Amino acid sequence: MTETERVVINGLQGGFPICERPFLEAAEKLGLGEEELIGVIEGLLDQGLLSRFGPLYHAERLGGALSLAAMKVPEAEFDAIAERVNAFPEVAHNYARDHALNMWFVLATETVERHRAVLREIEAATGLNVYDMPKITEYFVGLHFVV
Amino acid sequence: MATVNDPREDPRLARLLEAIQSGLPLTPRPYAELGERVGLSEGEVVDTVSRWVREGLIKRLGVVVRHRPLGYRANAMVVWDVPDDRVGDIGRRMSAHEFVTLCYRRPRRGEDWPYNLFCMIHGRDRHSVNAQIELLAEACGLTDTPRAVLFSSRCFKQRGARYLAEVPSGDTRSGRMRPA
Repeated sequence: MTETERVVINGLQGGFPICERPFLEAAEKLGLGEEELIGVIEGLLDQGLLSRFGPLYHAERLGGALSLAAMKVPEAEFDAIAERVNAFPEVAHNYARDHALNMWFVLATETVERHRAVLREIEAATGLNVYDMPKITEYFVGLHFVV
Repeated sequence: MATVNDPREDPRLARLLEAIQSGLPLTPRPYAELGERVGLSEGEVVDTVSRWVREGLIKRLGVVVRHRPLGYRANAMVVWDVPDDRVGDIGRRMSAHEFVTLCYRRPRRGEDWPYNLFCMIHGRDRHSVNAQIELLAEACGLTDTPRAVLFSSRCFKQRGARYLAEVPSGDTRSGRMRPA
């Protein structure tokens, strides 16, 4: 990673300006040129270091539901179950974790009703109980990955 | 333009939300380009996106990093069984630590899952994450509190969540996005 890329990642995890020339304004704060900043962001996307350049939504305020769910999956069936779970477009990420509850995934749905329906559908597709753990309160963190 | 807060009540705003959710156009005047796509002026897009940020519908705007390729390879979900009447205080204290990247109160789920406070720690390796967990337990007075540390061993699927279904529009070009 170049020094300029480092500056952009550390300096632009939020607060991108909303004005006519936002790249120009952001670039000036970072000590870069407008075209240079655009080029660096393109490069970071091409390298797969960013998933995107843009907004991080607050799902619940959009009327959607976002929940963390877990299952106890027999080790021998893990890959087959993961495939069935991941086939649902509402499953945003899925991690194997070392615990009796060993599969953890995030469900993002447009409505609370759809959330409940997807939980039932996943249980039907896998034959396993889904432990649904929607957030009750979020404690603010300044998500910031320093590189 | 009419000030409509809910994108679902105005198809142009719904299209705008859809247009930016995969990324902003990488051009000098991205809001003008977005406006052209969805039928709004540059000023209307600027006003609308500003309001979404102010009202918290957009939590932040900028680079959305993929932590693994950036060297954050150890990812632990640390869960604690703290008294319900103290969870708010403890959660706020916990989330103030720089290495805590997410912190939530969630429901307990019976004997299988007695934990009600979840935090996520992303670190370069398990050794450093374990050290951070000890530090966190000390700082929050939780050294004797039941906890579990769940490192992720594999990631099967990671993508930016998409919250809105496709909205019909004259132009379905979206911003740049890398498939995860």
